[in-house]
Amino acid sequence: MKALSQKRRHPLAAVALLLMGLLVTGGLYAAASSVNEAQAASAYSASDVEEGNKLFLANCATCHGLNAEGTDSGPSLIGVGAASVDFQVGTGRMPMQMQGPQAQAKPVQFDEEQTRQLAAYVASLAPGPAVPEAEWLDASLGNSAEGGEIFRVNCAMCHNAVGAGGALTRGKFAPSLGGVSEKHIYEAMATGPQNMPVFNDSNITPEDKRDVITFLKEVEANGSPGGAQLGSLGPVSEGLFVWTAGLGIIIAFTIWLTSRPS
Amino acid sequence: MSTPSHQYRPATRTGRIADFVDQRVGASGMVKEFGRKIFPDHWSFMFGEVALYTFVILLISGTFLTLFFDPSMAHTTYTGSYDPLKGVGMSVAYHTALDLSFDIRGGLFMRQLHHWSALLFVAAVSVHMLRVFFTGAFRKPRELNWVVGGVLLVLAMAAGFTGYSLPDDLLSGNGLRIIDGIIKAIPVVGTYVSAFMFGGEFPGTAIVGRLYMLHIMLIPALILLMVAVHLFMVVVHKHTQWAGPGRTEDNVVGFPVGPVYAAKAGGFFFIVYGVVGLISGFFTINPIWNYGPYDPSPVSAGTQPDWYIGWADGALRLMPGMLGDFSFDWIIPFPWGDNTLAMGVLVPALVLVGLLGAMFAWPWVERWVTKDDREHHLLDRPRNAPFRTGVGVAGVVFYCVLWAAASSDLIATHFHVALNDVTYWLRTLFFLGPILGFIVARRIALALQRKDREIVLHGREAGIIEMSPEGAFSERHEQIDDYKLYKLTSFESYEVLPPQADRAGHVSRSEKLRGKVSKFFFEDRVAPVTRAELEEARSHHGHHAVAAGSHEELGQ
Amino acid sequence: MRDNMGDQSHGSPQGAGAVAKAQAGSVDTIQDPGLPPHRPRLTDTEPRAAKRAERQVGILFAISMIGTILFLVGYFAVGHPESIAETRLQNMLLGLGTAFAMLGIGVGIVHWARTLMPDHEIAESRHEVRTEEDRRDAEEIIDTVLEESGIKRRPLIRNTLIGAIALAPLPALFILRDLDLTKASAGEIVERLRHTAWDEGVRLTRDPVGTPIKASDVQIGSAFHVIPEGLNELEDPLNEKAKAVVLLMRLNPEDLNISPEREDWHYDGIVAYSKICTHVGCPVALYEQHTHHLLCPCHQSTFDLTEECKVIFGPAAHPLPQLPITVDDEGYLVARSDFHEPVGPGYWERG
Repeated sequence: MKALSQKRRHPLAAVALLLMGLLVTGGLYAAASSVNEAQAASAYSASDVEEGNKLFLANCATCHGLNAEGTDSGPSLIGVGAASVDFQVGTGRMPMQMQGPQAQAKPVQFDEEQTRQLAAYVASLAPGPAVPEAEWLDASLGNSAEGGEIFRVNCAMCHNAVGAGGALTRGKFAPSLGGVSEKHIYEAMATGPQNMPVFNDSNITPEDKRDVITFLKEVEANGSPGGAQLGSLGPVSEGLFVWTAGLGIIIAFTIWLTSRPS
Repeated sequence: MSTPSHQYRPATRTGRIADFVDQRVGASGMVKEFGRKIFPDHWSFMFGEVALYTFVILLISGTFLTLFFDPSMAHTTYTGSYDPLKGVGMSVAYHTALDLSFDIRGGLFMRQLHHWSALLFVAAVSVHMLRVFFTGAFRKPRELNWVVGGVLLVLAMAAGFTGYSLPDDLLSGNGLRIIDGIIKAIPVVGTYVSAFMFGGEFPGTAIVGRLYMLHIMLIPALILLMVAVHLFMVVVHKHTQWAGPGRTEDNVVGFPVGPVYAAKAGGFFFIVYGVVGLISGFFTINPIWNYGPYDPSPVSAGTQPDWYIGWADGALRLMPGMLGDFSFDWIIPFPWGDNTLAMGVLVPALVLVGLLGAMFAWPWVERWVTKDDREHHLLDRPRNAPFRTGVGVAGVVFYCVLWAAASSDLIATHFHVALNDVTYWLRTLFFLGPILGFIVARRIALALQRKDREIVLHGREAGIIEMSPEGAFSERHEQIDDYKLYKLTSFESYEVLPPQADRAGHVSRSEKLRGKVSKFFFEDRVAPVTRAELEEARSHHGHHAVAAGSHEELGQ
Repeated sequence: MRDNMGDQSHGSPQGAGAVAKAQAGSVDTIQDPGLPPHRPRLTDTEPRAAKRAERQVGILFAISMIGTILFLVGYFAVGHPESIAETRLQNMLLGLGTAFAMLGIGVGIVHWARTLMPDHEIAESRHEVRTEEDRRDAEEIIDTVLEESGIKRRPLIRNTLIGAIALAPLPALFILRDLDLTKASAGEIVERLRHTAWDEGVRLTRDPVGTPIKASDVQIGSAFHVIPEGLNELEDPLNEKAKAVVLLMRLNPEDLNISPEREDWHYDGIVAYSKICTHVGCPVALYEQHTHHLLCPCHQSTFDLTEECKVIFGPAAHPLPQLPITVDDEGYLVARSDFHEPVGPGYWERG
């Protein structure tokens, strides 16, 4: 609420914003008791589910089981929701190329329609997080300052302060968030892919998730005011730069300076 | 003044001004001392200048920054123009640091100029010290100046760290938190030192202001003082020089300060300024706006200190806290209750102190082993002091292992290896790396010395293949000229000095130890070519016959 | 390696002698041919080359002037930047201007020195830092001074002076006592490290907004960053936050290995642990929901949540303290008590 009231331009706007805020909070509390219900499940038709089932049996059942109940080589998908499928398949993480510490993003194997059908099938098994509505993905509607605060508390420790990525234990890592679509950022928060924790709507509300998306997209679009960012990796890349490029140029000058022209 | 013998009548305008000044402050002595003082010319002698010049740039840019920075930790709300932080609560210090970046024209440039020169400053000090070490320039009479240089290195790191902590952003705040953790680990007094430093509990509202005082007043003043002492001693000792024709222990060959050296060294200041300016214009450093205000709860992946503190951070990362179920938090029972020794933090701290201590002590260690009490003004080529080069490389490897450990997470993500494996490997290298470094560096130095002998005795490979009447192929060797010859042979090579008995005929234990170290260092050595060997080699005309004097250095 | 190298004789042909032997003057060393002859440069022999070098230096100085103008253009023409892109442009122009201005002068002067100033090397002889005679004189003077002061003959004066000088700096040390601005006694300084803002019945709330959390909000696999209720209203919230931040996670209760005395510290698999690393105090915020590991991003200490946050990797030397929790009548998560041990890194009085 703090930032909403600080954005006021007009005395009435403050009141309106406050009212809006109260309404939203109230609505959220109502929604929070039922964590991430799949309200959009009905959007899929029966044929979507059927086509999805076929695709599933052909491509996924080896690891996840014939009824998506899970096997030793893949977890159960019952209740993971459409968002999870849309994220995993839509970023190319699934189907997995080989077993490893974690599934990695790679060229997508299914087209949008097939991904939708797979999502429809998995969503039909049990309720779970749905693919987010477009209004929660519009970065122009969010507040980057609020998003930044949420991002720093909940995300920056793994993904770095501006989403450059970071290391986890034993070969796992938090990927860079550069170039990741709004929808996939949202879905990752809602479903907690791989070892990422789940940030359900009662922890980070859809508005808050949109603020996070706004923050990431704004920082990415802005670039750095100071010039090249050196990977946004912090002092390590800066130190490396000064020892290679910085000292390199200086040494070249010292050699020229002390040499004797012909 | 009624001096009857006032004979000197300045003829030029410069002369008249000089006369006026000299009669009042006596500057002619200084001009006579410095005006034509000789400085030898070599690129590797310029790093001290780089350090001095980046320090001047730091003073210039730092002064600008103080005009706008307010080191207060009072709480405020951001009202500047950087959109992703608008309305966020933060300290005044962070706010003004952001204002410098976004709302004061040229402020961002000055911040980047300041920070890049700081990184270059410590790097230049380090490279300068490495140059001095590997060439043996720290030997008598310059041991104390080596110590002053070491103090300057420590002060440079302190200046850097206090500056790093000022913006009060998330990165610097977490850095301070780590410092607080280290201070608390100090036995007996740690808890109180932490409370005194932070003005109460961490983070408090005092620390930035206190560090600011250290950063802009006390530490720069100490650095200036030490620089003055350092340069004074350089003047007293005169500069060292490389061995070579015409260069002896009793002279110094080079260019006079006026005009050549002053022009080169003076021009070099502007070059360094230009290079740092170019980097600051095009490369971001410490994007504080990315990190957000300090708050004890968040942290960013890749939280690292600036490079010169990296080795300390790496030491903290490498130390295991638990071995199986054995904890390095030692609980010591006393009659009044249990006390804790946080060895997981203290051991790395001792490693750092040990490495710095070894650096300060080295000139005396070498003097003790060699019993060499002469003055040295000619530099050693690193290959001609294989033991010292070996020790230096071992130290550098040790430092680099710690340094690499500070970026273990980035190594893991960028080379697609497991973070844990990186740590295990670096723990192994922590012990093996310096040993391997010593052996390899010394072998390489000895091999290069043998190659030098080969060139002196048999000439340089000319790249021309000749066929003998018998049909054998061989490469023609060309004799090197007398200057090159002298350069390659005019070095001294320490020999093993066995333990010596004192006057009473007794060999003390420390003397026995010295003898062992001497054997370890100097057992393998390559002697400089003597005139007899050279004459003998030159009298043999063919290349196939191995000259009698060289059989021993071929390493069979 | 050492052994098989040992019998190798790299000794000099004349055999091992005194190590500290001077090279210069030794009959068997190679003669110093003296300074090599001076080779004239092109600019020394060719007046046209010298003229060209002079022009080049002039051009470099002119480039410097252009650089300064570029700096001013960047400052005034861009004005107060209104976007990140404009800030970046201004920064680049200032950098480029400075680089041209400074490199123009620097390269110009050095070029001048290299090509047009005399390049004859000059030898200057070295002298001893001070002669032995000087040292002897100095010693005598100091002895005389000491003798005339009588400090050796009058031990009473000497000893009381030493005592006085030894004591005199003590105020300078003790006056620093109030660096700790809280007026806390030594005991309080130690004691306050043991307590946090948590207490029985304090609600767990979201960081940073401070809204309370219901047990039903926390699903398996999720992680909440938690502060105690009312923290933001405290006098120094950051100091309290630095001790009180907690990470809240929910696991399948079967995955937890709980020691007998902690049976009722969790609520249906919801556990709360201090977020302050026991190594040097960074926030241990990385939670892996499948491996149940907590990782500190600063020095990679890893804690196993299923084993009550035992250290399984890295430099931390004791487990993260657990905050005992339960739910209140309204279903909100609350603390059962404060932490049972001090949070954060080890210190002398921690015990």
